[in-house]
Amino acid sequence: MKIAIASQGNTLNHNIDLQFGHCAFFVIYDKDSGGMEISVNPFRDSPKKAGLQAVKWLASQNIKTLIAGDFGPKVQPLLDQLSIQLIVLKKPDTRIQDIINLLNQQ
Amino acid sequence: MPRIKTPRKLSGLPAIKGFRPYGPDIDKQATAIVLHFEEYEAFKLCDYEGLNHSAAARLMQVSRPTFTRIYASARNKIAQAFAQGLAIEVEGGTVYFDSNWFQCNFCGCYFNQLDPAQPVEACPLCGKKHFQQMEEAELTNMQIN
Repeated sequence: MKIAIASQGNTLNHNIDLQFGHCAFFVIYDKDSGGMEISVNPFRDSPKKAGLQAVKWLASQNIKTLIAGDFGPKVQPLLDQLSIQLIVLKKPDTRIQDIINLLNQQ
Repeated sequence: MPRIKTPRKLSGLPAIKGFRPYGPDIDKQATAIVLHFEEYEAFKLCDYEGLNHSAAARLMQVSRPTFTRIYASARNKIAQAFAQGLAIEVEGGTVYFDSNWFQCNFCGCYFNQLDPAQPVEACPLCGKKHFQQMEEAELTNMQIN
């Protein structure tokens, strides 16, 4: 199962990004294989509809779960259609490493 | 620029992906009729569950006239498929699902469950079983739904 986490920076010591569409980086973590990939959000500087474009881009990579600090009202219907689960973590000081540790506990 | 469509709320995914006609004179190459998710839902609510238009419109979170238009379009498409011997595909549309939101008491995250038929067993983030379902009022405060 692939999980995408919105991140402020390109290392695991950076914090989770509180906005989804305009976040700086996406950390894509494959829970089954333990593989990880950090990629720049191609839509971070789009003035409009960054969230919708980011969702389509992530869906094309078979992401099943998204973790971010917050989501805009426009992306939720689209995520429901694509059956992608949302996890909202309203703690700005959480590091990406902490989230991955939590996911590995299961 | 046309006005943006209000997303229609669905109670769940359709049980089928589509229908195909059978018989000697069926043209298998003919393009299928695309029935949108909201039209399937409208048809199901009215003709299978026997609701009237205003009750069904409230369930789908649209106005009564909008619901009637969706329903009329659904009937028209189904009738067209029957009369012309065409296949029906159920897909697309401007919809969202009635997903439930939960809060985990251990890691403090909020998460949703997409399939209402499947029970929530554990928090998807930390795997703990200490979570609670959120009420509509809390969701409005959080502005996530």
